[in-house]
Amino acid sequence: MTTQKILLKLTVNGEARQALVHPMSRLLDVIREDFCLTGTKEGCGEGECGACSVILDGSLVNACLVPAIQAQGSTMRTVEGLAGVDLSPLQQAFLHHGGAQCGFCTPGMLVAGTYLLETDAVQDEDRAREGLSGNLCRCTGYVKIVDALLAAREGRP
Amino acid sequence: MRGQPSLCEVLTPLNLAEALALLAAHPEARPLAGGTDLMVPFAAGRLPDRLFLNLWDLEELRGIVVTDGEVTLGALTLFREIAAHPLLQREFPNLVRSAMVTGALAIQSRGSLGGNIANGSPAADTPPSLLAYGAELELTSLRGSRWVPYADFHTGYKRSLLAPDELITRIRLSRMGEGGFHYFRKVGTRQAQAIAKVSLAAWARVADGRIQDLRLALGSVAPMPIRAKGTERILQGQAIRNLPLDAALAALQADISPIDDLRSSAAFRRKVAGNLLVDMLRGLAPT
Repeated sequence: MTTQKILLKLTVNGEARQALVHPMSRLLDVIREDFCLTGTKEGCGEGECGACSVILDGSLVNACLVPAIQAQGSTMRTVEGLAGVDLSPLQQAFLHHGGAQCGFCTPGMLVAGTYLLETDAVQDEDRAREGLSGNLCRCTGYVKIVDALLAAREGRP
Repeated sequence: MRGQPSLCEVLTPLNLAEALALLAAHPEARPLAGGTDLMVPFAAGRLPDRLFLNLWDLEELRGIVVTDGEVTLGALTLFREIAAHPLLQREFPNLVRSAMVTGALAIQSRGSLGGNIANGSPAADTPPSLLAYGAELELTSLRGSRWVPYADFHTGYKRSLLAPDELITRIRLSRMGEGGFHYFRKVGTRQAQAIAKVSLAAWARVADGRIQDLRLALGSVAPMPIRAKGTERILQGQAIRNLPLDAALAALQADISPIDDLRSSAAFRRKVAGNLLVDMLRGLAPT
């Protein structure tokens, strides 16, 4: 026997969206399967790697750890919402500094980095590294990612 | 096996009274706060619960209230809110530091102090700090509220005083003013995002060159977060220039009962717990 679904309504990247989902479904699965926004990745599924980072009501969260029902009525930004007509300054800095290699962590890095820039939490390299410590990358060694974040903060390429 | 959301129901009360009534009617419902602990075993199919009580919307459980003598934190106070609170930073730095090493930002944005306590993990980061500060917990049900010392709350591995119809509603700390000695250190595999192999938190007051008050607590070295009461007794009242270090270390080994698990070995944990005690005492009595 399956239980009742709920009509989940959120604002996703500025657009009103809704989906009929089970209340304990992971927000990550709703984003990828119901909203077809596959930029948000599943890495570990345990809140360790940050590949599923999204900004939910102004907070940085791991979408794999949020039950859908707790996102009811929320405003969410995913990696798809970061660029306007042009790439965001952080996205451009990632390109310039080679901040992406295999690319799997990149959406989470961009979302977390955007959150850090918007909350003014990137005063120096230590703070940048601390802020990104919930996002794992197995390719870059982090140097290029941190360089990109600091460059975006300083408004340089 | 993966988690099965299609088999689960969630009760979502809009206020505390409704939550307590729902829990009284459905004591089998698993209280769910920010999900940072529960969603991991749930998604992996390792959580047997099928009915959840969603506490996320309960404003009564949020907020940090400061009075002359006390600080009271709602059970849903997030780690991020603890880390950013200026008075907690000044007067309860161990709690702030332990909140800041609980996962990274995304965990600290959803994880709550009450959830951390209720989850009952012996490796949780904030419990040793709460024990070192002599915290008290408010447990509430339709039958009423009671305050219990946090030191009595955990009764065994993932077991506690919490009755099936009760929720942890508030956490209370007595303000001890500035100038006490505070120590918190967590040893994990790496600096960020690690689960503790051993953690130690201490609060002490030194007067006339002697330890007047001392509370010492550890994580990941017993079935639950513990006070090292034998060690405290050895050190209590001692002159900081002539501390009985060997006796204290021996007492610590008797206070703890670590096990071998996937994160560490019992032998390593015993060694590191002793090293942390030495490190703490060096800070207390700088040469």
